[in-house]
Amino acid sequence: MSSLSEALWVLLLGSLLGLELIGKVPPTLHTPLMSGANAISGITVLASLTLIAQANDNQALLLLGALSLGFALYNLVGGFLVTDRMLAMFSRKSKSNSKANPGGT
Amino acid sequence: MDMTQIDLMDVFPYAIDLVAVLLLALGIKGLSKVSSARSANGLAALAIGLAIVGLLVQLQPGSTAWIWIAAGTALGGLAGLITAQRVPMTAMPETVALFNGCGGMASLLVALGVALFQSSEPNLVSRISIVISVFVGAITFSGSIVAMAKLQGWLDTPAWTQSSLRHGVNLALAILCLVGAIGLPIEPSGWALWVLLAASTLLGIGVTLPIGGADMPVVISLLNSYSGVAAAAAGFVVGSQLLIVAGAMVGAAGLILTQVMCTAMNRSLVSVLFGGALGATSGGSGGASETGYTRITSCSAEECAMALEQAERVVFVPGYGLAVAQAQHSLRELSKLLEAHGVEVSYAIHPVAGRMPGHMNVLLAEADVPYEQLLEMDTINPEFPRTDVVIVLGANDVVNPDAKSDPTSPLYGMPVLEVDQARQVFVVKRSLGAGYAGIANALFELPQTAMVFGDAKAVLNGLLTELRSMGVGKTSVGSAPKATT
Repeated sequence: MSSLSEALWVLLLGSLLGLELIGKVPPTLHTPLMSGANAISGITVLASLTLIAQANDNQALLLLGALSLGFALYNLVGGFLVTDRMLAMFSRKSKSNSKANPGGT
Repeated sequence: MDMTQIDLMDVFPYAIDLVAVLLLALGIKGLSKVSSARSANGLAALAIGLAIVGLLVQLQPGSTAWIWIAAGTALGGLAGLITAQRVPMTAMPETVALFNGCGGMASLLVALGVALFQSSEPNLVSRISIVISVFVGAITFSGSIVAMAKLQGWLDTPAWTQSSLRHGVNLALAILCLVGAIGLPIEPSGWALWVLLAASTLLGIGVTLPIGGADMPVVISLLNSYSGVAAAAAGFVVGSQLLIVAGAMVGAAGLILTQVMCTAMNRSLVSVLFGGALGATSGGSGGASETGYTRITSCSAEECAMALEQAERVVFVPGYGLAVAQAQHSLRELSKLLEAHGVEVSYAIHPVAGRMPGHMNVLLAEADVPYEQLLEMDTINPEFPRTDVVIVLGANDVVNPDAKSDPTSPLYGMPVLEVDQARQVFVVKRSLGAGYAGIANALFELPQTAMVFGDAKAVLNGLLTELRSMGVGKTSVGSAPKATT
């Protein structure tokens, strides 16, 4: 079963990559990082879409697929947007400061 | 026979998947640096968008399928959009928990669909993947929903969950899960599926319910890691390598993040998961938590305002209580007033201040506090000896000097803000109740410490009124010039 061993390799390498990607996180970013990583797990949309596309007009499968798509997208869209909302406040701050400093002196 | 055309169509989805994985990895990496975090978040979103487009090109869904896709997209996308825009920043822990639970639910539903209704018989690999998907998906869902409900204050910690009885219950549930997990691959749509589903759901509840509110962020982070595992398992179920690699990355990264948070909170993952809620019993016996303090000085907002008026350097230590009282905007106003008076103001941020690690940074950023005034523990600690006034707002354990000096203290070894080095300390607190660790705070009894009792927001507004009535901030005379350069 070459496809299985391939899939297991993918699993292994993906896990190792994930362990390496996050090393030193500044405490400031713990909350956004958690929320961002959480958004990425909404990638289950891919499974939901596959389920719907391969449902062969089976109503039960279509319904489960659409429900699952809804839940996954809620995670995905909500997660990315709320993370962006948080991070936007950080970047807005650094901009307004660089403007305020020359004005103050 | 147009060979090149066929080759291109074969290669296209793989190329898209590879690009998506690359972007996703860069996205996760970038999210751990302040300068790149926002664009990294966009990059990760772009990666998943690409993956979705690639998959749709590859799958070529029929017209009926498109209708259901549109329905699911409209529902989930719109709800996500609204939630993300409306939710207050203070409610971030429960929001992440809710999103996370929905991700788990999605994996669970995919596995259920394949197990119950797929026309072709699933092979052994996908049967085992279904077991993992159902188990992890159900735990992630029920655990996250319980976490959300506890953080929202909808659920209390029931007393029985603090006895060792819960270990028996959870063990029994785990055994039931195992029975279902063994039975399911034999007949995917049989009784074993329902046993596994019910037992995993209950296990998610049983494991999360005993955990106290302050430890909840660790649990959410762990459940987030689980939902990555659930996504990877769903990848095995539907045969998507991209899903496997992305799920594995999130799962592993989530594990590291959980560990980072545990270190910052000085808790071990094992004690969070199996130790029960710290200090959960103190809620029931209100009297017990107030005993033990003998040398408490309390003072009024007026006295505190006078100290602030004369100070040259003030440090605020915002904590959980400030987040709960939603007083960050009042705090910002007070510090603006003091700055106009020539006082040097900064904020000491403990890594776990707020309702989850890093939460206070978000809340203060929302209140327009300049980024460079937020000082992290290692930066601010050497500054305390030359600080005139420290105001502790709803923080407790993170300023407890026992963590440095008393080896018998349960907090011993936890990195804390050394506010006891400052000349004068005011602690704004609702009562003398213990912090979440249920431990008396030696800081409260120090000679330079005075307690200002009250809700953080009310006290801050009181200070504002006092300072304004003293004329502070109206005419920026006095020591103003020294701070402007």
